[in-house]
Amino acid sequence: MISTGVIFQVAVRSIRLHFLRSVLAALGIVIGVVAIASMGMMGANMTLAITDQLSDMANMLVVGPSTGGGGGGFGGFIGGGGAGDSYITEKQYQNIQKIASKYGIVYTLRSSSEYIEIGKSRGRATIYGLDTEVLPKILALQEGAFSKSITSVVIGPRLADRYGLKIGSRIDIGNPDEGSVTTVRVSGIIEERGMSFDLNTDSAIVGSDRLFTIILGGEGKYNQVNIVLSDISRVDEAKKEITDELNRRDEVISIQDSSRMLETITSSLSTMTGFVMAIAGISLLVAAVSIFNVMMMSVNERIREIGIMRSIGVQRWDIRKMFLYEAGVLGTVGAGIGAAVSFAFGYIFVFGMVGTVNYFFSPQSLLFIPYAMAVGILVCVLSGIYPAWRASNLDPVEALRAE
Amino acid sequence: MSATPAVELEHVSRIYSLPSGDVTALDDVTLSIERGEFVAIMGPSGSGKSTLLNQIGCLDLPTRGDLRLLGRSVRAMSDRELTDLRLSTIGFLFQRFNLIPVLTAYENVEFPYLIKNRRSDADGRVVTLLSLVGITGPLVNRVSTQLSGGEQQRVAIARALVNDPEIILCDEPTGNLDTKAGNQIMHLLEDLNQRGKTIVMVTHDPVMAHHAARIIDIRDGRIE
Repeated sequence: MISTGVIFQVAVRSIRLHFLRSVLAALGIVIGVVAIASMGMMGANMTLAITDQLSDMANMLVVGPSTGGGGGGFGGFIGGGGAGDSYITEKQYQNIQKIASKYGIVYTLRSSSEYIEIGKSRGRATIYGLDTEVLPKILALQEGAFSKSITSVVIGPRLADRYGLKIGSRIDIGNPDEGSVTTVRVSGIIEERGMSFDLNTDSAIVGSDRLFTIILGGEGKYNQVNIVLSDISRVDEAKKEITDELNRRDEVISIQDSSRMLETITSSLSTMTGFVMAIAGISLLVAAVSIFNVMMMSVNERIREIGIMRSIGVQRWDIRKMFLYEAGVLGTVGAGIGAAVSFAFGYIFVFGMVGTVNYFFSPQSLLFIPYAMAVGILVCVLSGIYPAWRASNLDPVEALRAE
Repeated sequence: MSATPAVELEHVSRIYSLPSGDVTALDDVTLSIERGEFVAIMGPSGSGKSTLLNQIGCLDLPTRGDLRLLGRSVRAMSDRELTDLRLSTIGFLFQRFNLIPVLTAYENVEFPYLIKNRRSDADGRVVTLLSLVGITGPLVNRVSTQLSGGEQQRVAIARALVNDPEIILCDEPTGNLDTKAGNQIMHLLEDLNQRGKTIVMVTHDPVMAHHAARIIDIRDGRIE
């Protein structure tokens, strides 16, 4: 046992002597560490889940009619109530096709939210109209096949689950009270895609462009044109070329770049995570006050002991170390327990908030546990600095007189 | 005896500045204690005897005058040097024993040894000293608060001796003990003095003072 060892031992024994008080102080650190780690892990898992879903589509350019004020946000220009007043014309599409075909796959997209009826069940679903040649290139099926028949459609897995649809099931599209009804047959069920920049198919019906025109009209009017770039580094080049050509006179189209949107989403999520962690950090601040209070009480109760130590030749620095050790031990024990609890609590919390724990064990997620531990220990040691300084600067003669 | 005295005070004054005005606890004290001497400092309460002991023990510094321990002036010493001096050259005995309550008898004695030597006591010095003062068997590993007053003071003597100091300062070492335990402590101190230790003892008990070779009377901060 060296001198540091004995100083440490005295610190540990003092904690044990005031066990309940020390446990309550450490509990504050446990709560703080759990709060910070859980919030951080939740944010990291959410970011990872979303970026993982969207990163596959980071090579996407979405061309839509100019709305005259910004892009229209996540999800491109789709999912609205039909073609509306703004649309991409056949001529504009041909121009885009001419320019962008060298950059990758170019296809048009039309969408509308429509009334549907399956047997006795009724509801609404988004209907997409796409070129049947393009469908196999951008969608994967979990069962069934793409059909060139006009009345065949592929449907999203959630829609299939909701209405119990199978290959061969029939869906009536359109409200019989308002007009004609078109009956289509399910030829395939699309694999789950989650969120996407181009089209959200999980609860949608995807049919041919021709079918869409039959049901909703609007031939030669498209909601958007999507470009799947074969080389992501040419995003800016493609954007510039299309914009220069089509917006030469008036701003008739606007282009959203999915990689930029992904960056914006990731950045927003990071900001949100930081904000939530800062709120969680308040609990650590409360814990710091509690540790400070415990340390001050410890100094006040041990003034005489400090006097004894000083009188027998213990240096000021060793006295300081003793109280810093005490704070450090409280912080380490609290942070250690907090880390273990964070692991279990964080798992449940992430599952509850994000809906998946697929990313829980990733380094970006688990990193928040040692991070929160380090913050917890640091907060404890910082809280111990003033009490330690005060203890080391006590006058030995005065300290020896203390009761 | 060596030519250099163990303790020399030259015109030492200690004045405390209080809101009510300055209080002179020691007033122009000049004193020399030779190496190997056993000196008792006597005086009524408030006479300045504890202040004098604190000065000799380097727990406090003179307002005026010079204090030399083993020929070294302490006036210009830093806090670190004074603390080192207390660790190596001076051993303290207090009326209230002043053991560290969370440590055992063994650990209390070992504590200053570890602070000074930065290594464990491999030579068994701690156990030898505890045996010397009569602390053996289960008493060795007992926490100090579980020991009687006499036993605590014996442990304090062992602690004072562990770094082999030249000077042992005792502030009413028998004040909290019964006559029998007090006498045992005094015999231990006499024994230490015979082994060459310089002992300076503050007491108001004339019986205990007569164990010393020289008695210094102090009154109103002045040596009579």
